[in-house]
Amino acid sequence: MPKITYVDSSGTERTVEGKNGMTVMETAIKHNVPGIDADCGGACACATCHVYVDPAFAEKVGKPSAMEQSMLDFAENVRETSRLSCQIKIRDDLDGLKVTTPESQH
Amino acid sequence: MSGAAQRIVIIGAGQAGGQAAYSLRLGGFAGEITLVGDEAAPPYQRPPLSKAYLKGELEAERLFLKPLAYYDEHRIALVTGDAVTAIDLDGHEVTLASGGKLGWDRLVIATGARPRKLALPGADLQGVSELRTLADVDVIKRAAVAGARLAVVGAGYIGLEAAAVGAQLGMKVTVLEAMPQVLSRVAGPEIGAFYTRIHREAGTDVRLGVRIEGFEGVGSVSGVRLAGGEIVPADFVLVGVGVLPNMELALEAGLVCGNGIVVDEAMRTSHPDVFAAGDVAWRPLVHYGREGRLESVHNAIEGGKLAAAAIMGMPPPQIEAPWFWSDQFDLKLQTAGLWTGADQTVVRGDPGTRAFAVFYLKEGRIIAVDAVNSPPEFVVGKKLVAAKAKVAPAELVDKSISMKDIGARASS
Repeated sequence: MPKITYVDSSGTERTVEGKNGMTVMETAIKHNVPGIDADCGGACACATCHVYVDPAFAEKVGKPSAMEQSMLDFAENVRETSRLSCQIKIRDDLDGLKVTTPESQH
Repeated sequence: MSGAAQRIVIIGAGQAGGQAAYSLRLGGFAGEITLVGDEAAPPYQRPPLSKAYLKGELEAERLFLKPLAYYDEHRIALVTGDAVTAIDLDGHEVTLASGGKLGWDRLVIATGARPRKLALPGADLQGVSELRTLADVDVIKRAAVAGARLAVVGAGYIGLEAAAVGAQLGMKVTVLEAMPQVLSRVAGPEIGAFYTRIHREAGTDVRLGVRIEGFEGVGSVSGVRLAGGEIVPADFVLVGVGVLPNMELALEAGLVCGNGIVVDEAMRTSHPDVFAAGDVAWRPLVHYGREGRLESVHNAIEGGKLAAAAIMGMPPPQIEAPWFWSDQFDLKLQTAGLWTGADQTVVRGDPGTRAFAVFYLKEGRIIAVDAVNSPPEFVVGKKLVAAKAKVAPAELVDKSISMKDIGARASS
């Protein structure tokens, strides 16, 4: 099972076991990881599951789709490593992935 | 108001009721929380019911808003499969269908809405269904097989989303709509015409302006009878003709109700210790200077948060412009604001490209936007709606001016 580490804005780390095919957002919700709201439940419609991907995983995680990119273009506190966690599906090679949640999703 | 809140009962374990409970714990409320729902499942997302879940792409558990363990860990007593049958305001108690009573210091009513049923002959035949709950969809899914004939009555979002899934699954789909356009209650004619075309291109027979007289069949449905006598053959009929607020408990208890339970900006009802949130609440629409009932995830989440904040005496979260989305085929429609009352519509982009937006203006100010596969128009549009911004239509139609620039100019 790939392990995913969530770091909140104060630096606290939580590592949980993910399941292939589930998204990084769903995995956070399933394990009560705070900092991800996911108002729309993963429809790429609200940009409240924003995370910063550890640069070491940037290539493996890949680039956002055009739809996701344009949601991100208008989110708050966007960085080069920003992704919507509802659009990142967990796979074996993402074992060890670390994502940081922003201070606020709204 | 009577004393500090120690015991909170939330009636209705949907998105609004669940959110109220989560926000109370997140805000540090340490007293008792009981969340009572009449469905078997814990609070779950309804939007995927007419989309990915109907299509068979998700298991039920992936719809749950929180894992079951969350409720134990956060000391939220989750009572499923039980209903509140009466509210005693003076005694600060509710009665459960299973017989018990629960005392409360603050009560949140998040009983949602129920699909409107058609009072027509044959409406109770097997194979005539609404789509509101997981249980409804589990029945519909069994009928959703390639080659089967699906008749969708009502071309609102639920009906059209289900029609899209049906077509994608290889069903023979007919959409029957009483009005001369689809989505007539929720969007303007440009969006209606676009989605009519999209569904027709997918092979669906979209019939507008038709009146239904009843459902044919012996035991189970075999067709829909239209005015004039024509029968549209169907193996399954999905009725999506709007919802009614579940406000009977509130009415019987003596709370002020209109087309929903009347609440103030903090979601407080006419009784100071009682709140309402979600589809059932008739609330101030602060961006529009009027009141209304909203049926959306945004409204459920916001209402739950507002009620929780008011109960804890915390500052309320900012009230957002209403927003909504709908997935049909490869199209994501994102809506901000409410288009009712618009005196001008401006189309940005070409619907032929399957990516465009319709802005709705009233007296020169943007009151709503429908954005198809166009997130910038949605995200910036939502801010423009909240700001009641004035934007010249000539700028809105000009794709050479980015939404970022339009947003920046409007707010400066």
